[in-house]
Amino acid sequence: MASSLFEEKLNSGEFVVTTEIGPPKGTDVSEMIHDIELLKDKVDAINVTDHQSSVMRFPSVGGCLLVKELGGEPILQVTCRDRNRLALQADLLLAYSRGITNVLCLTGDSVDVGDHKEAKPVFDLDSVQLLQTAKTLETGKDMGGNDLKGVPTFCLGASVHPEADLIEPQLIKFDKKVSAGAQFFQTQGIFDLAGLTRFMQYASQFNAKILAGIIVMASARMAKYMNENVPGIIVSQAVIDELATAEKGKGLQKGINIAARMIRTIREEKMCHGVHIMAVGNEKTVPSILEAAGVISVPA
Amino acid sequence: MIVAEQKNLDEILRLIEPYPKILILGCGTCMTVCGAGGEREVSYLHSAIRVAQSREGNGAHSFTEFTVKRQCDPEFLDGLVDRVENVDAVLSLGCGIGVQAMAERFPDLQVLPGVNTCFMGMPKEWGIWDERCAACGDCRLAETAGICPITRCTKGILNGPCAGSKKGKCEVSKDMDCGWVLIYQRLENLRQLEKMRRYYPPRNFRTIPRPRRVSIKAGTEQGGNHG
Repeated sequence: MASSLFEEKLNSGEFVVTTEIGPPKGTDVSEMIHDIELLKDKVDAINVTDHQSSVMRFPSVGGCLLVKELGGEPILQVTCRDRNRLALQADLLLAYSRGITNVLCLTGDSVDVGDHKEAKPVFDLDSVQLLQTAKTLETGKDMGGNDLKGVPTFCLGASVHPEADLIEPQLIKFDKKVSAGAQFFQTQGIFDLAGLTRFMQYASQFNAKILAGIIVMASARMAKYMNENVPGIIVSQAVIDELATAEKGKGLQKGINIAARMIRTIREEKMCHGVHIMAVGNEKTVPSILEAAGVISVPA
Repeated sequence: MIVAEQKNLDEILRLIEPYPKILILGCGTCMTVCGAGGEREVSYLHSAIRVAQSREGNGAHSFTEFTVKRQCDPEFLDGLVDRVENVDAVLSLGCGIGVQAMAERFPDLQVLPGVNTCFMGMPKEWGIWDERCAACGDCRLAETAGICPITRCTKGILNGPCAGSKKGKCEVSKDMDCGWVLIYQRLENLRQLEKMRRYYPPRNFRTIPRPRRVSIKAGTEQGGNHG
C-alpha cells in the first residue's frame, strides 16, 4: 500500500511534477503560506528545503507541517549535516506521526558554503546510510536494534547528479541509493537534455522513478554565479548564452521560457517520470511555467 | 607527524603578559619538522617578542630558551626541573600533547600554548603540509585504495562522493581535491571498483570515546574513558 498520495502518483505512470520552497529566515511564515496556497493544487508534491546551501532557516519539518495543514502534499528534505543519528531518527518519527511520509534523504551541503561557517559539521550518516536508517525504522526497530512503539512507513527519495563532469562515481552512488531504498530521485539541475537521456539509459534498468531537476534561471549572471558558487550546479554554456539574449529586465521571463520548453520536451518525449522545479526565490513563477509547458491548462 | 602553526604574535603577547619570567620551550620532534616550534622557531619567536615589546615600551619580561627532544614524553621532561624552577610560565611550542605533558609533569607551573595544533599529515612540498589521518580508530584504507575518506572528504562520508564535486575539486574549495574522486580513480586503476559499490554502514564512534587509551600490555583492556 502506498504511504502517501505522492507515492500513488509516482506509481500511476502519470507525469509527476514536484517543486520546492525554502522556509523563511525568521518566524514570519506569511510568504511561505502564500506560496504553498499558490502551488499546492498545481503540483503533486512540494519539497521543503532543509537549511538549503547551509543557510540557517525555519526548519523543513515546520514547513512540511504547514503544507500539510494547508492541504498540500509535502516532501520532507532531510540532510545529514546538522543532526546525528539520534536526532535524524527522531525527526523521521515526528514527521511520520504528523502524516509527513515523503522524505528526500540528502547528505547536505558543506557548512562552509553557508552563513554559519563556524558550525560543527555533523555528517554522522551520509545520504545512503540515512535511506538505510529510514528502512530500518520501517522494520519496527531503531538503529540500535531496539523496538519501536508505533512503526512508520515512508516514501523515500534521494538526489542524483546526471550532469556531473565525472559521472561514474555518481552512478555507483545512485545504485547504492536504490539498493538502500530510494523509490524516487529528484535530480540536480538539468541543463542539457542529452545528458538526461544518457542518464536514463542507465537508470531505466532500476525501478526508481526519476524526476528531472529544472532550475529556473533569472539571468545569465545568476547562471554564472551558480556555476561558480553553488555546489553541484553546472549550467551549460548554451543556456547561459540564451539567457544573455534577454532584454534588460526580461531575464526571468527568458528563464521561464527555457524551463517550460525543457519540461514540455521531457514530458512529450517521455524522457523520465516527471520533473522537479527549483525556482530559487521565484516560486511564484511555477504556475506560469507549468502552463507554458502544457502541464496544466491556462485558466480561462 | 603532528602538524601545527605558531599562534600569531599578538595572541602570544597577550598570553604571556601577566608573567615576568618565561621559558620558551620548543620540541625537537614533530614541531621541529613542521617548523612551528623547533629550536630555530624558539629563537625567532624570542627575538620577535623582544622587538615587539621594545616598540611598545613594556619590555618587563625576561626570557630563557630551550628545546626538549620530545615534549610529549614524560621521560624527557624530568631534565627540565632546574629550567622551570625560577620561571613564572612556560610558553610551550610543543603540540597540544606537549603542553599537556608539561602541565601534568609540573602541577604548579603555568604552561601556555604557543602553537595551534592542526592535524596529522605529511609535507606536500617545502612549507606546505596536508592532513592525512583523522585518528578515527577504525582504519578503512584497505577499502578505499589507501586514500582516507574521513580525512580527504570534507564531509567524511563513506559511500561515495556527494554531488558537490566539480572538475575533481571539492565544493568547499576549487584548490582542494575531491577525496572521493581520488578514491574512485585509484580503485579503478587498481581494478577494485567493487569496493566502492559496497554499502558501508555508519561509523562506529565508540572507537573514539575521548580521551582514548591504547595499551599493548598483556591483560589490559583497550578503549574506554581515561582522564
